[in-house]
Amino acid sequence: MESYKAKKAAGTAVIHIVLIVMSIIMIVPFAWMILTALKTNQEAISVNPFYILPHNGWHWENFGTVWKSYNFLILYKNTLLLIFFRVVCACLTATMAGYAFGRLNFPGKNILFSLVLVQMMVPAQIFIIPQYTMVSKLGAINTMFGLVFPGLVTAFGTYLLKVGYEGLPKDLEEAATIDGCNVGQRFLYIMMPLTRSSMVSLGIFTAVFAFKDLMWPMIAAPNAEATTLSAALAKMQGQYSNDYPSMMAAAVLAILPMVIIYVIFQKQFVEGIATSGGKL
Amino acid sequence: MANTKTKTKMTPRARSEAIWGLAFVAPTIIGLIILNFIPVFQTIWQSFCKTGDFGKGNIFIGLKNYQNMVTGTASAEMWQSLWNTIKYTLVQVPFSIAIAMLLAVLLNRKLKGRSVYRTIFFLPMVCAPAAVAMVWKWIYNQQFGLLNNLFHTKTAWISDPNIAWLSIAIIGIWSAIGYNMVLFIGGLQEIPHDYYEAALIDGANGWEQFWNITWPLLSPTTFFILQTGIIGALTVFDLMFMVMDKTNVALSKTQSIVYLFYTYSFTENNKGAGATIVVILVLFIMLITFFLQKIEKKFVYHP
Repeated sequence: MESYKAKKAAGTAVIHIVLIVMSIIMIVPFAWMILTALKTNQEAISVNPFYILPHNGWHWENFGTVWKSYNFLILYKNTLLLIFFRVVCACLTATMAGYAFGRLNFPGKNILFSLVLVQMMVPAQIFIIPQYTMVSKLGAINTMFGLVFPGLVTAFGTYLLKVGYEGLPKDLEEAATIDGCNVGQRFLYIMMPLTRSSMVSLGIFTAVFAFKDLMWPMIAAPNAEATTLSAALAKMQGQYSNDYPSMMAAAVLAILPMVIIYVIFQKQFVEGIATSGGKL
Repeated sequence: MANTKTKTKMTPRARSEAIWGLAFVAPTIIGLIILNFIPVFQTIWQSFCKTGDFGKGNIFIGLKNYQNMVTGTASAEMWQSLWNTIKYTLVQVPFSIAIAMLLAVLLNRKLKGRSVYRTIFFLPMVCAPAAVAMVWKWIYNQQFGLLNNLFHTKTAWISDPNIAWLSIAIIGIWSAIGYNMVLFIGGLQEIPHDYYEAALIDGANGWEQFWNITWPLLSPTTFFILQTGIIGALTVFDLMFMVMDKTNVALSKTQSIVYLFYTYSFTENNKGAGATIVVILVLFIMLITFFLQKIEKKFVYHP
Protein backbone atom coordinates (compact mmCIF):
# COMPACT_ATOMS: atom_id res chain seq x y z
CA MET A 1 0.00 0.00 0.00
CA GLU A 2 2.81 2.38 0.94
CA SER A 3 4.60 1.81 -2.34
CA TYR A 4 1.36 2.29 -4.27
CA LYS A 5 0.88 5.67 -2.58
CA ALA A 6 4.47 6.69 -3.26
CA LYS A 7 4.12 5.64 -6.87
CA LYS A 8 0.96 7.67 -7.21
CA ALA A 9 2.59 10.73 -5.65
CA ALA A 10 5.54 10.39 -8.03
CA GLY A 11 3.11 10.11 -10.95
CA THR A 12 1.32 13.29 -9.87
CA ALA A 13 4.64 15.08 -9.58
CA VAL A 14 5.59 14.08 -13.13
CA ILE A 15 2.23 15.30 -14.40
CA HIS A 16 2.75 18.64 -12.68
CA ILE A 17 6.22 18.99 -14.14
CA VAL A 18 4.93 18.40 -17.68
CA LEU A 19 2.07 20.85 -17.15
CA ILE A 20 4.33 23.50 -15.62
CA VAL A 21 6.85 23.25 -18.47
CA MET A 22 4.00 23.64 -20.97
CA SER A 23 2.60 26.57 -18.99
CA ILE A 24 5.97 28.29 -19.15
CA ILE A 25 6.11 27.79 -22.92
CA MET A 26 2.64 29.30 -23.20
CA ILE A 27 3.39 32.24 -20.89
CA VAL A 28 6.87 33.25 -22.11
CA PRO A 29 5.71 35.06 -25.28
CA PHE A 30 3.22 37.10 -23.26
CA ALA A 31 5.79 37.87 -20.58
CA TRP A 32 8.34 38.85 -23.22
CA MET A 33 5.77 41.10 -24.88
CA ILE A 34 5.14 42.97 -21.62
CA LEU A 35 8.80 43.10 -20.53
CA THR A 36 9.95 44.43 -23.89
CA ALA A 37 7.18 47.03 -23.84
CA LEU A 38 8.62 48.41 -20.61
CA LYS A 39 12.19 48.81 -21.86
CA THR A 40 13.95 51.51 -23.83
CA ASN A 41 14.75 50.46 -27.36
CA GLN A 42 18.44 50.54 -26.50
CA GLU A 43 17.85 48.03 -23.74
CA ALA A 44 15.59 45.87 -25.87
CA ILE A 45 18.33 45.39 -28.45
CA SER A 46 21.24 45.13 -26.07
CA VAL A 47 22.75 41.75 -26.66
CA ASN A 48 25.69 42.01 -24.33
CA PRO A 49 24.70 42.13 -21.49
CA PHE A 50 21.40 40.52 -22.28
CA TYR A 51 18.63 41.93 -20.10
CA ILE A 52 15.59 39.86 -19.28
CA LEU A 53 14.09 42.50 -16.99
CA PRO A 54 14.17 46.22 -17.73
CA HIS A 55 17.30 47.61 -16.12
CA ASN A 56 16.97 51.38 -16.40
CA GLY A 57 13.55 51.77 -14.85
CA TRP A 58 10.23 50.44 -16.10
CA HIS A 59 9.09 52.65 -18.94
CA TRP A 60 5.33 52.65 -18.57
CA GLU A 61 5.19 55.81 -20.67
CA ASN A 62 5.81 53.64 -23.78
CA PHE A 63 2.14 52.71 -23.59
CA GLY A 64 1.08 56.34 -23.50
CA THR A 65 3.28 57.20 -26.47
CA VAL A 66 1.88 54.40 -28.60
CA TRP A 67 -1.66 55.16 -27.44
CA LYS A 68 -1.36 58.75 -28.67
CA SER A 69 0.59 58.22 -31.85
CA TYR A 70 -1.77 55.51 -33.04
CA ASN A 71 -5.00 56.84 -31.59
CA PHE A 72 -5.94 53.68 -29.81
CA LEU A 73 -9.18 55.25 -28.62
CA ILE A 74 -10.52 55.12 -32.19
CA LEU A 75 -9.21 51.59 -32.69
CA TYR A 76 -10.92 50.39 -29.52
CA LYS A 77 -14.12 52.15 -30.53
CA ASN A 78 -14.07 50.61 -34.02
CA THR A 79 -13.31 47.12 -32.73
CA LEU A 80 -15.97 47.38 -30.04
CA LEU A 81 -18.61 48.59 -32.49
CA LEU A 82 -17.68 45.89 -35.00
CA ILE A 83 -18.03 43.25 -32.29
CA PHE A 84 -21.31 44.77 -31.09
CA PHE A 85 -22.94 44.86 -34.53
CA ARG A 86 -21.63 41.43 -35.54
CA VAL A 87 -22.93 39.86 -32.32
CA VAL A 88 -26.34 41.56 -32.56
CA CYS A 89 -26.78 40.63 -36.24
CA ALA A 90 -25.61 37.05 -35.70
CA CYS A 91 -27.77 36.41 -32.64
CA LEU A 92 -30.86 38.08 -34.09
CA THR A 93 -30.89 36.40 -37.51
CA ALA A 94 -29.61 33.05 -36.25
CA THR A 95 -32.12 32.71 -33.43
CA MET A 96 -35.05 33.38 -35.77
CA ALA A 97 -33.80 31.08 -38.49
CA GLY A 98 -32.69 28.46 -35.97
CA TYR A 99 -36.15 28.42 -34.41
CA ALA A 100 -37.86 28.07 -37.79
CA PHE A 101 -35.52 25.28 -38.93
CA GLY A 102 -35.67 23.53 -35.58
CA ARG A 103 -39.36 23.72 -34.72
CA LEU A 104 -41.58 24.86 -37.59
CA ASN A 105 -42.84 23.25 -40.77
CA PHE A 106 -42.76 25.27 -43.94
CA PRO A 107 -42.35 24.57 -47.64
CA GLY A 108 -38.76 24.29 -48.87
CA LYS A 109 -37.38 23.79 -45.38
CA ASN A 110 -34.95 21.01 -46.30
CA ILE A 111 -33.59 22.74 -49.39
CA LEU A 112 -33.11 26.01 -47.54
CA PHE A 113 -31.36 24.27 -44.67
CA SER A 114 -29.03 22.53 -47.08
CA LEU A 115 -27.96 26.02 -48.23
CA VAL A 116 -26.94 26.71 -44.65
CA LEU A 117 -24.93 23.48 -44.46
CA VAL A 118 -23.21 24.06 -47.80
CA GLN A 119 -22.08 27.54 -46.75
CA MET A 120 -20.45 26.03 -43.66
CA MET A 121 -18.45 23.61 -45.76
CA VAL A 122 -17.00 26.12 -48.22
CA PRO A 123 -13.78 27.91 -47.20
CA ALA A 124 -14.53 31.60 -46.60
CA GLN A 125 -11.74 32.82 -48.92
CA ILE A 126 -13.93 32.16 -51.94
CA PHE A 127 -16.41 34.88 -50.85
CA ILE A 128 -13.92 37.64 -50.20
CA ILE A 129 -13.26 39.21 -53.62
CA PRO A 130 -16.96 39.64 -54.51
CA GLN A 131 -17.78 40.82 -50.97
CA TYR A 132 -15.06 43.42 -51.32
CA THR A 133 -16.40 44.45 -54.74
CA MET A 134 -19.92 44.83 -53.31
CA VAL A 135 -18.75 46.94 -50.38
CA SER A 136 -16.68 49.07 -52.69
CA LYS A 137 -19.58 49.57 -55.13
CA LEU A 138 -21.75 50.65 -52.20
CA GLY A 139 -19.08 53.21 -51.33
CA ALA A 140 -18.74 51.56 -47.93
CA ILE A 141 -14.97 51.08 -47.80
CA ASN A 142 -13.69 52.51 -44.51
CA THR A 143 -17.16 52.51 -42.94
CA MET A 144 -18.57 50.49 -40.07
CA PHE A 145 -21.14 48.97 -42.42
CA GLY A 146 -18.34 47.70 -44.64
CA LEU A 147 -16.58 46.12 -41.66
CA VAL A 148 -19.74 44.39 -40.42
CA PHE A 149 -20.93 43.36 -43.90
CA PRO A 150 -19.73 39.71 -44.20
CA GLY A 151 -21.12 39.01 -40.72
CA LEU A 152 -24.67 40.26 -41.27
CA VAL A 153 -25.94 36.68 -41.23
CA THR A 154 -24.36 33.45 -40.07
CA ALA A 155 -24.85 29.95 -41.41
CA PHE A 156 -22.86 28.49 -38.57
CA GLY A 157 -24.93 30.33 -35.92
CA THR A 158 -28.14 29.21 -37.60
CA TYR A 159 -26.95 25.63 -37.38
CA LEU A 160 -25.92 26.04 -33.73
CA LEU A 161 -29.27 27.58 -32.73
CA LYS A 162 -31.23 25.01 -34.74
CA VAL A 163 -29.59 22.26 -32.71
CA GLY A 164 -30.36 24.25 -29.54
CA TYR A 165 -34.06 24.60 -30.40
CA GLU A 166 -34.39 20.97 -31.42
CA GLY A 167 -33.21 19.92 -27.97
CA LEU A 168 -36.09 21.65 -26.20
CA PRO A 169 -39.08 19.57 -25.00
CA LYS A 170 -42.19 19.57 -27.20
CA ASP A 171 -44.94 19.93 -24.60
CA LEU A 172 -43.83 23.43 -23.62
CA GLU A 173 -44.91 24.80 -26.96
CA GLU A 174 -48.04 22.72 -27.10
CA ALA A 175 -49.21 24.10 -23.77
CA ALA A 176 -48.66 27.62 -25.06
CA THR A 177 -50.58 26.86 -28.27
CA ILE A 178 -53.56 25.65 -26.22
CA ASP A 179 -53.37 28.89 -24.28
CA GLY A 180 -53.82 30.70 -27.61
CA CYS A 181 -50.31 31.92 -28.30
CA ASN A 182 -49.35 32.37 -31.95
CA VAL A 183 -45.97 31.33 -33.36
CA GLY A 184 -44.39 34.72 -32.74
CA GLN A 185 -45.46 34.81 -29.11
CA ARG A 186 -44.35 31.24 -28.52
CA PHE A 187 -40.96 32.07 -29.98
CA LEU A 188 -40.47 35.33 -28.15
CA TYR A 189 -41.76 34.47 -24.69
CA ILE A 190 -41.19 30.75 -24.32
CA MET A 191 -38.64 29.27 -26.67
CA MET A 192 -36.08 32.03 -27.17
CA PRO A 193 -35.32 32.53 -23.47
CA LEU A 194 -34.60 28.80 -23.17
CA THR A 195 -31.78 28.86 -25.74
CA ARG A 196 -29.83 31.45 -23.81
CA SER A 197 -26.74 29.26 -23.44
CA SER A 198 -26.54 28.63 -27.21
CA MET A 199 -26.92 32.37 -27.79
CA VAL A 200 -24.14 33.17 -25.32
CA SER A 201 -21.90 30.64 -27.08
CA LEU A 202 -22.65 32.14 -30.47
CA GLY A 203 -22.12 35.65 -29.11
CA ILE A 204 -18.71 34.86 -27.62
CA PHE A 205 -17.66 32.94 -30.71
CA THR A 206 -18.71 35.80 -33.00
CA ALA A 207 -17.01 38.40 -30.80
CA VAL A 208 -13.70 36.54 -30.65
CA PHE A 209 -13.78 35.87 -34.40
CA ALA A 210 -14.46 39.55 -35.19
CA PHE A 211 -11.69 40.59 -32.82
CA LYS A 212 -9.12 38.24 -34.35
CA ASP A 213 -9.98 38.70 -38.02
CA LEU A 214 -7.20 40.32 -40.01
CA MET A 215 -7.78 40.06 -43.75
CA TRP A 216 -11.24 41.61 -43.97
CA PRO A 217 -10.52 44.78 -41.91
CA MET A 218 -7.26 45.24 -43.84
CA ILE A 219 -9.08 45.37 -47.17
CA ALA A 220 -12.46 46.82 -46.14
CA ALA A 221 -11.13 49.50 -43.79
CA PRO A 222 -7.55 50.35 -44.75
CA ASN A 223 -7.61 53.86 -43.22
CA ALA A 224 -6.13 54.25 -39.75
CA GLU A 225 -9.28 55.99 -38.46
CA ALA A 226 -11.63 53.30 -39.75
CA THR A 227 -9.82 50.09 -39.01
CA THR A 228 -9.69 47.59 -36.14
CA LEU A 229 -7.00 46.70 -33.62
CA SER A 230 -5.79 43.64 -35.56
CA ALA A 231 -5.43 45.44 -38.87
CA ALA A 232 -3.82 48.45 -37.18
CA LEU A 233 -1.12 46.18 -35.73
CA ALA A 234 -0.23 45.08 -39.24
CA LYS A 235 0.25 48.72 -40.22
CA MET A 236 2.25 49.58 -37.14
CA GLN A 237 4.63 46.74 -37.79
CA GLY A 238 5.52 48.37 -41.08
CA GLN A 239 6.08 51.76 -39.48
CA TYR A 240 7.82 50.89 -36.23
CA SER A 241 9.75 47.99 -37.64
CA ASN A 242 12.83 48.67 -35.50
CA ASP A 243 11.24 50.15 -32.40
CA TYR A 244 10.55 46.94 -30.51
CA PRO A 245 9.23 48.41 -27.24
CA SER A 246 6.63 50.44 -29.16
CA MET A 247 5.51 47.44 -31.19
CA MET A 248 5.21 45.28 -28.10
CA ALA A 249 3.35 48.04 -26.26
CA ALA A 250 0.90 48.22 -29.15
CA ALA A 251 0.47 44.43 -29.13
CA VAL A 252 -0.21 44.46 -25.39
CA LEU A 253 -2.77 47.25 -25.78
CA ALA A 254 -4.46 45.31 -28.61
CA ILE A 255 -4.93 42.06 -26.73
CA LEU A 256 -5.36 43.33 -23.16
CA PRO A 257 -9.13 44.05 -23.19
CA MET A 258 -9.99 40.62 -24.57
CA VAL A 259 -7.60 38.88 -22.17
CA ILE A 260 -9.16 40.65 -19.18
CA ILE A 261 -12.69 39.76 -20.32
CA TYR A 262 -11.52 36.18 -20.88
CA VAL A 263 -9.99 35.84 -17.42
CA ILE A 264 -13.22 37.13 -15.81
CA PHE A 265 -15.61 35.03 -17.91
CA GLN A 266 -13.28 32.12 -18.64
CA LYS A 267 -15.88 29.43 -18.03
CA GLN A 268 -18.28 30.94 -20.57
CA PHE A 269 -15.42 31.58 -23.01
CA VAL A 270 -14.02 28.08 -22.92
CA GLU A 271 -17.45 26.47 -23.11
CA GLY A 272 -18.73 28.93 -25.70
CA ILE A 273 -15.82 28.44 -28.05
CA ALA A 274 -15.60 24.70 -27.44
CA THR A 275 -19.31 24.05 -28.03
CA SER A 276 -19.32 26.31 -31.05
CA GLY A 277 -16.29 24.45 -32.34
CA GLY A 278 -15.49 24.29 -35.98
CA LYS A 279 -14.76 27.45 -37.82
CA LEU A 280 -12.00 29.51 -36.32
CA MET B 1 -43.27 14.91 -46.58
CA ALA B 2 -43.59 18.64 -46.05
CA ASN B 3 -43.99 19.22 -49.78
CA THR B 4 -46.84 16.81 -50.33
CA LYS B 5 -48.61 18.33 -47.36
CA THR B 6 -48.36 21.85 -48.73
CA LYS B 7 -49.66 20.88 -52.15
CA THR B 8 -52.84 19.50 -50.69
CA LYS B 9 -54.90 22.02 -48.78
CA MET B 10 -53.25 23.34 -45.65
CA THR B 11 -55.11 23.84 -42.43
CA PRO B 12 -55.14 27.50 -41.33
CA ARG B 13 -52.79 26.61 -38.53
CA ALA B 14 -50.30 24.90 -40.82
CA ARG B 15 -50.52 27.85 -43.17
CA SER B 16 -49.80 30.35 -40.48
CA GLU B 17 -46.86 28.21 -39.35
CA ALA B 18 -45.49 28.11 -42.90
CA ILE B 19 -45.72 31.89 -43.20
CA TRP B 20 -43.99 32.42 -39.86
CA GLY B 21 -41.31 29.89 -40.79
CA LEU B 22 -40.52 31.50 -44.12
CA ALA B 23 -40.51 34.95 -42.56
CA PHE B 24 -38.09 33.80 -39.86
CA VAL B 25 -35.59 32.22 -42.24
CA ALA B 26 -35.90 35.03 -44.81
CA PRO B 27 -33.18 37.35 -43.40
CA THR B 28 -30.66 34.53 -43.09
CA ILE B 29 -31.41 32.97 -46.47
CA ILE B 30 -31.42 36.30 -48.34
CA GLY B 31 -28.20 37.22 -46.56
CA LEU B 32 -26.54 33.92 -47.42
CA ILE B 33 -27.55 34.23 -51.06
CA ILE B 34 -26.18 37.77 -51.38
CA LEU B 35 -23.09 37.36 -49.18
CA ASN B 36 -22.09 33.80 -50.02
CA PHE B 37 -23.85 32.05 -52.87
CA ILE B 38 -23.69 34.75 -55.51
CA PRO B 39 -20.02 35.42 -54.54
CA VAL B 40 -19.10 31.76 -55.14
CA PHE B 41 -20.29 32.03 -58.73
CA GLN B 42 -18.78 35.48 -59.14
CA THR B 43 -15.41 34.17 -57.97
CA ILE B 44 -15.61 31.25 -60.39
CA TRP B 45 -16.58 33.63 -63.20
CA GLN B 46 -13.79 36.01 -62.26
CA SER B 47 -11.26 33.19 -62.53
CA PHE B 48 -12.10 33.03 -66.24
CA CYS B 49 -11.56 36.76 -66.66
CA LYS B 50 -8.76 39.24 -66.88
CA THR B 51 -9.05 42.25 -64.63
CA GLY B 52 -8.99 45.37 -66.81
CA ASP B 53 -6.71 48.35 -66.24
CA PHE B 54 -7.23 50.22 -62.95
CA GLY B 55 -9.08 47.16 -61.66
CA LYS B 56 -12.06 47.96 -63.86
CA GLY B 57 -14.15 45.52 -65.83
CA ASN B 58 -13.72 41.84 -66.49
CA ILE B 59 -12.62 40.62 -69.88
CA PHE B 60 -13.38 36.97 -70.54
CA ILE B 61 -10.20 35.07 -71.33
CA GLY B 62 -11.32 31.47 -70.84
CA LEU B 63 -8.87 29.14 -69.16
CA LYS B 64 -5.88 31.45 -69.53
CA ASN B 65 -5.63 32.23 -65.81
CA TYR B 66 -5.60 28.54 -65.03
CA GLN B 67 -3.04 27.83 -67.70
CA ASN B 68 -0.90 30.57 -66.26
CA MET B 69 -1.23 29.25 -62.71
CA VAL B 70 -0.82 25.56 -63.45
CA THR B 71 1.83 25.52 -66.17
CA GLY B 72 2.60 29.14 -67.14
CA THR B 73 4.58 32.04 -65.72
CA ALA B 74 2.89 32.07 -62.31
CA SER B 75 2.98 28.31 -61.88
CA ALA B 76 6.31 28.04 -60.04
CA GLU B 77 5.09 30.45 -57.38
CA MET B 78 1.67 28.80 -57.15
CA TRP B 79 2.97 25.25 -56.76
CA GLN B 80 5.64 26.39 -54.31
CA SER B 81 3.00 28.13 -52.17
CA LEU B 82 0.76 25.09 -52.27
CA TRP B 83 3.69 22.91 -51.23
CA ASN B 84 4.59 25.39 -48.44
CA THR B 85 1.02 25.18 -47.19
CA ILE B 86 1.04 21.38 -47.26
CA LYS B 87 4.35 21.25 -45.38
CA TYR B 88 2.98 23.67 -42.80
CA THR B 89 -0.16 21.55 -42.41
CA LEU B 90 1.80 18.30 -42.08
CA VAL B 91 3.69 19.73 -39.11
CA GLN B 92 1.16 22.04 -37.48
CA VAL B 93 -1.79 19.64 -37.38
CA PRO B 94 -0.18 16.45 -35.96
CA PHE B 95 1.85 18.26 -33.32
CA SER B 96 -0.96 20.51 -32.15
CA ILE B 97 -3.18 17.43 -31.86
CA ALA B 98 -0.63 15.20 -30.11
CA ILE B 99 0.44 17.80 -27.54
CA ALA B 100 -3.17 18.82 -26.90
CA MET B 101 -4.20 15.20 -26.41
CA LEU B 102 -1.38 14.60 -23.94
CA LEU B 103 -2.35 17.70 -21.95
CA ALA B 104 -6.03 16.78 -22.00
CA VAL B 105 -5.32 13.27 -20.69
CA LEU B 106 -3.11 14.72 -17.96
CA LEU B 107 -5.73 17.29 -16.99
CA ASN B 108 -8.64 14.84 -17.05
CA ARG B 109 -8.33 13.91 -13.37
CA LYS B 110 -8.56 15.50 -9.95
CA LEU B 111 -5.53 17.74 -9.90
CA LYS B 112 -4.49 20.84 -8.03
CA GLY B 113 -4.49 23.93 -10.24
CA ARG B 114 -6.42 22.20 -13.02
CA SER B 115 -8.43 25.26 -13.99
CA VAL B 116 -5.33 27.48 -13.84
CA TYR B 117 -3.55 25.24 -16.34
CA ARG B 118 -6.61 25.23 -18.57
CA THR B 119 -6.86 29.02 -18.46
CA ILE B 120 -3.19 29.39 -19.42
CA PHE B 121 -3.25 26.88 -22.28
CA PHE B 122 -6.39 28.40 -23.74
CA LEU B 123 -5.08 31.97 -23.60
CA PRO B 124 -3.74 32.20 -27.20
CA MET B 125 -7.26 31.42 -28.40
CA VAL B 126 -8.54 34.84 -27.34
CA CYS B 127 -5.51 36.76 -28.62
CA ALA B 128 -5.39 38.41 -32.02
CA PRO B 129 -3.02 36.37 -34.23
CA ALA B 130 -1.59 39.69 -35.40
CA ALA B 131 -0.31 40.43 -31.88
CA VAL B 132 0.84 36.85 -31.34
CA ALA B 133 2.79 36.90 -34.59
CA MET B 134 4.40 40.22 -33.68
CA VAL B 135 5.84 38.94 -30.42
CA TRP B 136 7.01 35.67 -31.98
CA LYS B 137 8.71 37.59 -34.75
CA TRP B 138 10.53 39.55 -32.08
CA ILE B 139 11.46 36.35 -30.21
CA TYR B 140 12.77 34.87 -33.47
CA ASN B 141 14.80 38.00 -34.32
CA GLN B 142 18.22 36.87 -35.47
CA GLN B 143 20.29 39.62 -33.82
CA PHE B 144 18.35 40.65 -30.74
CA GLY B 145 15.74 37.92 -30.27
CA LEU B 146 15.13 36.04 -27.05
CA LEU B 147 15.64 32.62 -28.61
CA ASN B 148 19.09 33.18 -30.10
CA ASN B 149 20.24 35.03 -26.98
CA LEU B 150 19.11 32.38 -24.55
CA PHE B 151 20.63 29.52 -26.50
CA HIS B 152 23.63 31.43 -27.88
CA THR B 153 22.71 30.57 -31.44
CA LYS B 154 22.68 32.66 -34.59
CA THR B 155 19.82 30.94 -36.36
CA ALA B 156 17.90 32.97 -38.93
CA TRP B 157 14.56 31.59 -37.73
CA ILE B 158 12.37 33.51 -40.15
CA SER B 159 14.69 34.45 -42.99
CA ASP B 160 16.32 31.10 -43.69
CA PRO B 161 14.23 29.59 -46.52
CA ASN B 162 14.76 26.11 -45.10
CA ILE B 163 13.39 26.73 -41.63
CA ALA B 164 11.13 29.79 -41.81
CA TRP B 165 8.05 27.66 -42.59
CA LEU B 166 8.86 25.50 -39.57
CA SER B 167 9.21 28.55 -37.31
CA ILE B 168 5.76 29.71 -38.37
CA ALA B 169 4.36 26.21 -37.88
CA ILE B 170 5.65 26.36 -34.30
CA ILE B 171 3.62 29.56 -33.75
CA GLY B 172 0.64 27.74 -35.27
CA ILE B 173 1.10 24.80 -32.91
CA TRP B 174 1.51 27.10 -29.91
CA SER B 175 -1.71 28.93 -30.88
CA ALA B 176 -3.84 25.82 -31.42
CA ILE B 177 -2.87 23.61 -28.47
CA GLY B 178 -5.31 25.14 -25.97
CA TYR B 179 -8.31 25.00 -28.26
CA ASN B 180 -7.68 21.39 -29.25
CA MET B 181 -7.08 20.51 -25.61
CA VAL B 182 -10.45 21.89 -24.53
CA LEU B 183 -12.18 19.86 -27.24
CA PHE B 184 -10.29 16.75 -26.13
CA ILE B 185 -11.26 17.30 -22.49
CA GLY B 186 -14.88 17.48 -23.64
CA GLY B 187 -14.43 14.17 -25.47
CA LEU B 188 -12.70 12.52 -22.52
CA GLN B 189 -15.53 13.42 -20.18
CA GLU B 190 -17.92 11.39 -22.33
CA ILE B 191 -15.95 8.19 -21.66
CA PRO B 192 -17.58 6.27 -18.78
CA HIS B 193 -15.36 5.98 -15.75
CA ASP B 194 -16.22 2.31 -15.17
CA TYR B 195 -14.15 1.31 -18.19
CA TYR B 196 -11.00 2.48 -16.49
CA GLU B 197 -11.95 0.84 -13.21
CA ALA B 198 -12.54 -2.46 -14.97
CA ALA B 199 -9.19 -2.13 -16.73
CA LEU B 200 -7.49 -1.43 -13.44
CA ILE B 201 -8.95 -4.60 -11.95
CA ASP B 202 -7.66 -6.50 -14.99
CA GLY B 203 -4.22 -5.08 -14.21
CA ALA B 204 -3.88 -2.83 -17.25
CA ASN B 205 -1.21 -0.16 -16.94
CA GLY B 206 -1.65 3.46 -17.99
CA TRP B 207 -0.34 2.93 -21.49
CA GLU B 208 -2.63 -0.07 -22.10
CA GLN B 209 -5.57 1.90 -20.75
CA PHE B 210 -4.79 4.71 -23.17
CA TRP B 211 -4.53 2.48 -26.24
CA ASN B 212 -7.47 0.23 -25.47
CA ILE B 213 -9.94 2.67 -23.96
CA THR B 214 -9.02 6.33 -24.44
CA TRP B 215 -7.72 6.25 -28.02
CA PRO B 216 -10.65 4.37 -29.62
CA LEU B 217 -13.37 6.13 -27.61
CA LEU B 218 -11.80 9.53 -28.22
CA SER B 219 -11.47 8.92 -31.96
CA PRO B 220 -14.63 10.86 -32.98
CA THR B 221 -13.23 13.97 -31.23
CA THR B 222 -9.78 13.35 -32.71
CA PHE B 223 -11.24 13.05 -36.17
CA PHE B 224 -13.26 16.23 -35.81
CA ILE B 225 -10.17 18.16 -34.66
CA LEU B 226 -8.10 16.59 -37.44
CA GLN B 227 -10.61 17.61 -40.09
CA THR B 228 -11.15 21.20 -38.92
CA GLY B 229 -7.43 21.53 -38.14
CA ILE B 230 -6.41 20.49 -41.65
CA ILE B 231 -8.80 22.97 -43.25
CA GLY B 232 -7.65 25.70 -40.87
CA ALA B 233 -3.98 25.02 -41.63
CA LEU B 234 -4.53 24.87 -45.38
CA THR B 235 -6.08 28.36 -45.23
CA VAL B 236 -3.47 29.88 -42.88
CA PHE B 237 -2.94 33.58 -43.50
CA ASP B 238 -2.62 35.84 -40.43
CA LEU B 239 0.60 34.36 -39.03
CA MET B 240 2.22 34.19 -42.46
CA PHE B 241 1.26 37.74 -43.32
CA MET B 242 2.45 39.22 -40.04
CA VAL B 243 5.73 37.32 -39.82
CA MET B 244 6.84 37.36 -43.46
CA ASP B 245 7.61 40.82 -44.82
CA LYS B 246 7.45 41.42 -48.53
CA THR B 247 11.23 41.85 -48.47
CA ASN B 248 11.96 38.61 -46.58
CA VAL B 249 14.28 36.43 -48.66
CA ALA B 250 12.50 33.31 -47.40
CA LEU B 251 9.07 34.55 -48.52
CA SER B 252 8.70 32.42 -51.64
CA LYS B 253 9.68 29.24 -49.81
CA THR B 254 7.36 30.03 -46.91
CA GLN B 255 4.23 31.89 -47.99
CA SER B 256 0.95 30.03 -47.90
CA ILE B 257 -1.51 29.77 -50.75
CA VAL B 258 -3.93 32.22 -49.07
CA TYR B 259 -1.07 34.71 -48.67
CA LEU B 260 -0.47 34.39 -52.42
CA PHE B 261 -4.20 34.85 -53.02
CA TYR B 262 -4.13 38.04 -50.91
CA THR B 263 -1.10 39.40 -52.73
CA TYR B 264 -2.62 38.85 -56.17
CA SER B 265 -6.12 40.05 -55.27
CA PHE B 266 -5.50 43.03 -53.04
CA THR B 267 -1.88 44.14 -53.41
CA GLU B 268 -1.42 43.68 -57.14
CA ASN B 269 -5.12 44.11 -57.82
CA ASN B 270 -5.11 41.17 -60.21
CA LYS B 271 -8.43 39.74 -59.09
CA GLY B 272 -8.65 37.28 -61.97
CA ALA B 273 -5.46 35.57 -60.81
CA GLY B 274 -6.58 35.80 -57.17
CA ALA B 275 -9.90 34.15 -57.99
CA THR B 276 -8.07 31.40 -59.87
CA ILE B 277 -5.88 30.66 -56.86
CA VAL B 278 -8.86 30.52 -54.54
CA VAL B 279 -10.74 28.17 -56.86
CA ILE B 280 -7.71 25.88 -57.00
CA LEU B 281 -7.48 26.01 -53.20
CA VAL B 282 -11.17 25.18 -52.76
CA LEU B 283 -10.90 22.26 -55.18
CA PHE B 284 -7.88 21.01 -53.26
CA ILE B 285 -9.71 21.30 -49.92
CA MET B 286 -12.73 19.48 -51.39
CA LEU B 287 -10.42 16.69 -52.49
CA ILE B 288 -8.91 16.46 -48.99
CA THR B 289 -12.37 16.52 -47.40
CA PHE B 290 -13.51 13.72 -49.71
CA PHE B 291 -10.45 11.69 -48.79
CA LEU B 292 -11.04 12.32 -45.08
CA GLN B 293 -14.63 11.11 -45.41
CA LYS B 294 -13.25 7.91 -46.92
CA ILE B 295 -10.92 7.22 -44.02
CA GLU B 296 -13.45 8.33 -41.41
CA LYS B 297 -14.96 4.85 -41.13
CA LYS B 298 -11.57 3.26 -40.59
CA PHE B 299 -10.30 5.91 -38.22
CA VAL B 300 -13.30 6.45 -35.99
CA TYR B 301 -14.17 3.61 -33.65
CA HIS B 302 -17.78 2.50 -33.92
CA PRO B 303 -18.74 0.15 -31.07
